[in-house]
Amino acid sequence: MPFAVVLILLVVGSLVFHVFSPWTFTPLASNWGMIDFTIDITFWVTGAVFVAVNLFMAYCVIKFRYKKGARATYEPENKKLETWLTWLTAVGVAAMLTPGLFVWAQFVDVPEDAHEVEAVGQQWHWSYRYPGDDGKFGEVDAERISADNPFGMDPDDPNGQDDVLVMHPEARVPVNQPVKFLLRSKDVLHDFAIAQFRVKMDLVPGMQTYLWLTPTETGRFEVLCEELCGIAHHTMRGAVVVEEPEDFNAWLAQQPTYSEINARVAGNAAMGAAQYAVCAACHGPQGEGLQALNAPKIAGQSAWYLKRQLQNYKSGARGAHPDDTFGKQMAPMAAMLVDDAAIDNVVAYIQTLPDNPPQVTVDGNVANGEKLYRVCSYCHGAEGQGIQAMNAPRAAGMTDWYVARQLQNFKDGIRGAHPTDFYGFQMMFMANVLHDQQAIDDLVAYINTL
Amino acid sequence: MGYVAIADRDHEIEHHDPQTFITKYVWSQDHKVIAIQYAGTAIFVGVIALILSAMMRLQLGFPDQFSFINPENYYQFITMHGMIMVIYLLTALFLGGFGNYLIPLMCGSRDMVFPYMNMLSYWVYLLSVIILLISFFVPGGSTGAGWTLYPPQAIMPGTPGVDWGIILMLASLAVFIVAFTMGGLNYVTTVLQARCRGMTLMRMPLSVWGIFMATILGLLAFPALLVSAIMMLLDKTIMTSFFMPAISSMGVDSGHTGGSPILFQHLFWFFGHPEVYIVALPAFGIVSDLLSTHARKNIFGYRMMVWALIAIGGLSFIVWAHHMYVSGMNPYFGFFFATTTLIIAVPTAIKVYNWVLTLWEGNIHLRVPMLFAIAFIFTFIHGGLTGLFLGNVTIDLPLSDTYFVVAHFHMVMGVSPILVVFGAIYHWWPKITGKMYNETLGKWHFWMTFLGTYSIYLPMHYLGFAGVPRRYFAMGNTEFMPESAQDLNAWITMSALFVAATQVLFFINVIWSLTRGPKADPNPWDATTLEWQTPDTPPKHGNWGHDLPECHRWAYDYSVPGYEDDFIPQNVAADVAPAGRDHGGAH
Repeated sequence: MPFAVVLILLVVGSLVFHVFSPWTFTPLASNWGMIDFTIDITFWVTGAVFVAVNLFMAYCVIKFRYKKGARATYEPENKKLETWLTWLTAVGVAAMLTPGLFVWAQFVDVPEDAHEVEAVGQQWHWSYRYPGDDGKFGEVDAERISADNPFGMDPDDPNGQDDVLVMHPEARVPVNQPVKFLLRSKDVLHDFAIAQFRVKMDLVPGMQTYLWLTPTETGRFEVLCEELCGIAHHTMRGAVVVEEPEDFNAWLAQQPTYSEINARVAGNAAMGAAQYAVCAACHGPQGEGLQALNAPKIAGQSAWYLKRQLQNYKSGARGAHPDDTFGKQMAPMAAMLVDDAAIDNVVAYIQTLPDNPPQVTVDGNVANGEKLYRVCSYCHGAEGQGIQAMNAPRAAGMTDWYVARQLQNFKDGIRGAHPTDFYGFQMMFMANVLHDQQAIDDLVAYINTL
Repeated sequence: MGYVAIADRDHEIEHHDPQTFITKYVWSQDHKVIAIQYAGTAIFVGVIALILSAMMRLQLGFPDQFSFINPENYYQFITMHGMIMVIYLLTALFLGGFGNYLIPLMCGSRDMVFPYMNMLSYWVYLLSVIILLISFFVPGGSTGAGWTLYPPQAIMPGTPGVDWGIILMLASLAVFIVAFTMGGLNYVTTVLQARCRGMTLMRMPLSVWGIFMATILGLLAFPALLVSAIMMLLDKTIMTSFFMPAISSMGVDSGHTGGSPILFQHLFWFFGHPEVYIVALPAFGIVSDLLSTHARKNIFGYRMMVWALIAIGGLSFIVWAHHMYVSGMNPYFGFFFATTTLIIAVPTAIKVYNWVLTLWEGNIHLRVPMLFAIAFIFTFIHGGLTGLFLGNVTIDLPLSDTYFVVAHFHMVMGVSPILVVFGAIYHWWPKITGKMYNETLGKWHFWMTFLGTYSIYLPMHYLGFAGVPRRYFAMGNTEFMPESAQDLNAWITMSALFVAATQVLFFINVIWSLTRGPKADPNPWDATTLEWQTPDTPPKHGNWGHDLPECHRWAYDYSVPGYEDDFIPQNVAADVAPAGRDHGGAH
């Protein structure tokens, strides 16, 4: 008896949980309402079976529980009943399968007027490519990928010259226009998934896959990688911003094309030298850093990283958090660099400064730090040298107190929490693995040995 | 000279009784000892996998609270948890354990037809387990590629255990498959060739049918895994490119070219989907016998049950790509595989109906094995129905790669078969050991396991609806997820830890029974099948004493009208007791 009651309670409880669960589908933001409709039908059919069969079973357990002297009925089979149940099941299955296949036929058939955006996945970042004015993508090849050519573009393909390259994980698309996302991976499997759009598809190296949808709501929608792609899989996030067509067009026009990127002149160190005079006040004439002024060593740091951080300070992606005491000092300094050319110049000058090992100020358990560093090494390299392809800066041979402070800042959400600090947020995830100050000190002490 | 059945040559075949302790209990060729060796080893690694799942749940429920869990070993935990549970626990336990114990006894044979190969099968299995366990301790640790081991990721930097872990994993799988093949050929041959007189195929207990079908599935499916393991080993060690296209990994050209990651997925799931049924069909068979015995009623629709097993087994080979709807394979495959997948629901539903109808007008004893069996029906209905979501290609779009998938396959392939495993252990324990278990402890174990697991997996489906992706070390902050999702994850973790802890009750019961348990009756459940009719309990080497049994009826003559007892064992002659409804006729 208690068993049957529990079975009934589980059935009722499951239904109640289903009805009142706050954990359910996110509001739909695309044309795929038919997917939700198919799910609804499936809920009704499966729900009815779940309730009916389990309640019947509970009834049997009550009604036919062991009684002394009672005897079971001998009934090997009942052809009529079995046939009837088989057909009923077949009808139920058909009721679910039919809309399923109908919607799938729409999914595999991309509308003619869909515009195309290529989403490129790599460990553990997204970037995007738009076909440009000619509406055609240039050829790409994995073997051509390098630090200077992260998309693997064919420099001689005329179709590729006007391709718009978005080298950060946030794409934009116009609302109410069908869009076909072409999906490409540089390295391993990834998956392009946006909960509010309902559709997802894997990225497979060596081939191109796709999905399509029509966004119906404006807003910012998070892209999650949903195919295990290595230890930082969970940090592989991006976003698709859906906006009005005029806003989208304005944004797209600001993005650099492949030929514009190629035409960029390298930074001029001589011109940067003049601007560096301001920096030198804190960071030192040799870029060696000065702990008393909370200015880290910048000599020897990779150019791409220095540039990104200066841009982040300028845009407010970094140094805007109220608790980021020292970042707030840096923000107005970076603002003095009027444009990207100015940034390139000063970075070029910093590259000419001597890379001397800084003073060791952090002490910790090196053996424990070595264990902790294993996770870091996937992106920052076994020697802490930094890997541009992973968007991971150099950590070894830099001012250790600064590395420790930044880890703490990431952990506390002081750095990396801004929605456009596209790479900093990944460090928030990773810094959380360091449980206390001691762990940070141990880690930094180990980095000092690299 | 024509063929003479093994049962008819019984007295001509020499039976070498083991003489020494070593040949009796270590290098044993007795199927019952081998069964216990298989089961013991499988349960041992299963406990390891259970601990690994507790570790991963700690991180998911209480992110970053435990300094011994980081993204690297988290992915190693989930990978090894999955692989151990699916292959080294469930496959080995159902076929190597229950298959070995039950086939000869239920078919009325003296042993497997190839006892030496049977012994070899166990020791090779043990070798595969040892290789697997070594991989925890090599530099870089075990692989963290996920149990599906998808390339390129499985053999590229960025994934834990890429130096040695993945090599040992693939090697261990290859060795396991060798072990399985030796055992599997044995089970199939024994069922086909060594049944006693009168034991026609349509008189066999459904346990044997389930194990038999599952073994055939395994023999056809595991080779696909073997070749994919070998090809990936070559891709990893000598830079072939079976599964590896041109790749720029971490800014470096990997040197591969021309391979196809999707090819691996097809091979893997050509094995992987039948694997689900390699675990499920023995559970289906065993639970049928448990229900029938403890309800004192014949299994309803026996012939339909047999044909459903065969149909499911056959269909299981043409549904594999439903694991790959969003893999980037040709999307037109979706139409075919969604259709075959949903068709498989029909024979599966028939089985569920027949289990429930077996209870109808029965005389149900709610003993521990029966509690587990009925709870299995409940969880299997739940898991089967959620399969209709994922199998329907359209619905898979939002739900694939989310917690809904995790909840679904744990319900259908974790909780359900494990409930049957426990039910079966309690059911056959008196025969295996000659001792009774403690009923009260068994009931506590049942309630905590059943309610605890439902409390884990019911809510987990809803995290999937909300869009929480699986295989995430941490969710962090997202805009679309309610913050309470983390609270639900904490609840799931507490339920999981609770269930893990309560498994201690099972082991206490085992020890209690072996040391203090009362002597068991040879046939405590008044069951009809042959294993309960052995002259000795536990059965001695050779099982049947001087003469093999003869089978006179199907396995389900319970409560036959006109006969005093409510069961008629299969070896009771037709002139002693009325034939209820006989299938298959005389031999």
